[in-house]
Amino acid sequence: MGWFKRIKGGITTSTQNKKETPEGLWHKCPGCKQVTPTAENEANLWVCAKCGHHQRIGSKEYFHILFDDGRFELFNEQIFSNDPLHFTDSRPYTERLEETCEKTGLHDAIRTAIGTADGEKLIVAAMDFNFIGGSMGSVVGEKLSRAIDRCIEENVPLMVISRSGGARMMEAAYSLMQMAKTSARLSLLSKKGIPYISLLTDPTTGGITASFAMLGDLNIAEPGALIGFAGPRVIKETIGKDLPKDFQTSEFVLEHGFLDKIVPRKELKPFIANMLRMLAS
Amino acid sequence: MVFLDFENDIKELMEQLEKSRAIQEKGKVDVTKTIAELEDNINKARERIYAELTPWQHVQVSRHPDRPYALAHINALSNNTFIELHGDRTVKDDKAMVGGFGSIDGKTVMFIGQQKGINAKMRVYRNFGMANPEGYRKALRLMRLAEKFNKPIITFIDTPGAYPGIEAEERGQGEAIARNLIEMMQLKVPVICIVIGEGASGGALGIGIGDKVFMLENAWYSVISPESCSTILWRTRDQKEQAAAALKLTAADMLEHNLIDGIIPEPIGGAHSDHESTFQFVRKEVKKHLTRLSKMDAEERIEKRIAKFSAMGSFVEE
Repeated sequence: MGWFKRIKGGITTSTQNKKETPEGLWHKCPGCKQVTPTAENEANLWVCAKCGHHQRIGSKEYFHILFDDGRFELFNEQIFSNDPLHFTDSRPYTERLEETCEKTGLHDAIRTAIGTADGEKLIVAAMDFNFIGGSMGSVVGEKLSRAIDRCIEENVPLMVISRSGGARMMEAAYSLMQMAKTSARLSLLSKKGIPYISLLTDPTTGGITASFAMLGDLNIAEPGALIGFAGPRVIKETIGKDLPKDFQTSEFVLEHGFLDKIVPRKELKPFIANMLRMLAS
Repeated sequence: MVFLDFENDIKELMEQLEKSRAIQEKGKVDVTKTIAELEDNINKARERIYAELTPWQHVQVSRHPDRPYALAHINALSNNTFIELHGDRTVKDDKAMVGGFGSIDGKTVMFIGQQKGINAKMRVYRNFGMANPEGYRKALRLMRLAEKFNKPIITFIDTPGAYPGIEAEERGQGEAIARNLIEMMQLKVPVICIVIGEGASGGALGIGIGDKVFMLENAWYSVISPESCSTILWRTRDQKEQAAAALKLTAADMLEHNLIDGIIPEPIGGAHSDHESTFQFVRKEVKKHLTRLSKMDAEERIEKRIAKFSAMGSFVEE
């Protein structure tokens, strides 16, 4: 008899008796493929317990991490993009926006909130990468500008959490000018001597790096984030050479003198609160 | 002379004109009339073609190899009084960014600009007008120098983008541009910026924060070049014409959306066809606004500058 002949059947459980694993119970680390229960992953602030990989989280999670007792007030939530250039590539920008809003439950790529971290009052503007790559259009520029203005009015420190590919191409020059606009507001904040902490997370590139992300009184980053001006693919194509191994990581940027510190997510809240206290006392 | 693909009619007429002139020089046949007719026809063809350029054709004109670059503008505007100053005082002297003092009718001005090379060898020397971080830092150093001695600043923007390279990243390309944006907002002296050719993205904006921002008629200004936009959104470079239209990158579009303050006209046929007239148009606009801006109080200028950029954006609030 051929040894390759199958004697016993493979899956014998009938479809009716099959036990389903509920969706979202487990999380697989994209870094080391370690599988962790979702609840445990969340308790670990979406950082892999095994390899320390910092997962890409959004504004909701950062507000949860930073603000005391999960209490905070969102503001300027009702601002929406209105497609000033009537932009259409493979499909209309308006369609893309609608679909993204529905899919993510967000209104654009940034949310702003006020609250306290270890008792220290602060305004946090956090970007959402899953909203068209966290790209900056008019809405991101306006919401960030208003957050800065509120910091000035109420004399509250600012923290911006960047996670973005850069400018939103569908808003073309409008998008470019948001770099100027946010820098204009930041110049006023700086004049008032109000602290601004910029946290760069994976990824922070393009027009974000070339404007507010690099303009913090303190520029800090999460470990292992991609931080740069030009994207690695563009650089590779331009110079026609392979890129160094750690090129454009947080560690690389720190080493070259453009970051004050790399702060792991678990230490983020105490670090911010402590720093704000030091600057105030 | 270099002709663009849509300038074929002009090219043919120019060739005929050359021939007629050669005949005229020999002096055996009088072709004065033919020459006059040809010259007239060339002007008519230019008028016709340049009256309805597509957005992509504007981009082609902005990159014309005979187009006057920053130094040509600076030398013309300053009547060859320009003294170039070098270096960022930190790393090196970036050849893609030039700057220095010059005088316009007896008044000293700080000139800064991205410089493209005028021939193959110089293009490499100038890194195709793509500045590194030290270029932006040199520009900022010179702007500070101008501020110290209360001299107005004029910047000439003409770049396919800030250079994307390993060393550029190591030396903080993003930080260098970001620093210029915030510092230029608070400069106490008048700042006039003119996009004279290509205004590509953050690399252009890095010297583009001014009390007045102008574009030459055939220049373009946007967040990305049409080719790169096409690559990203359509996954092919072939949609560059469609991308150029979608980006609304022409001077007329930019003015319509209030993202620039004005358009400086070019002679019919584009700046490359007549440098002198182009310089005259620029001079007229620059002088007018330098006078106006100089009359304002520094604080008022800064306030207006910030208010202008703060108003840029389009959204709905519910």
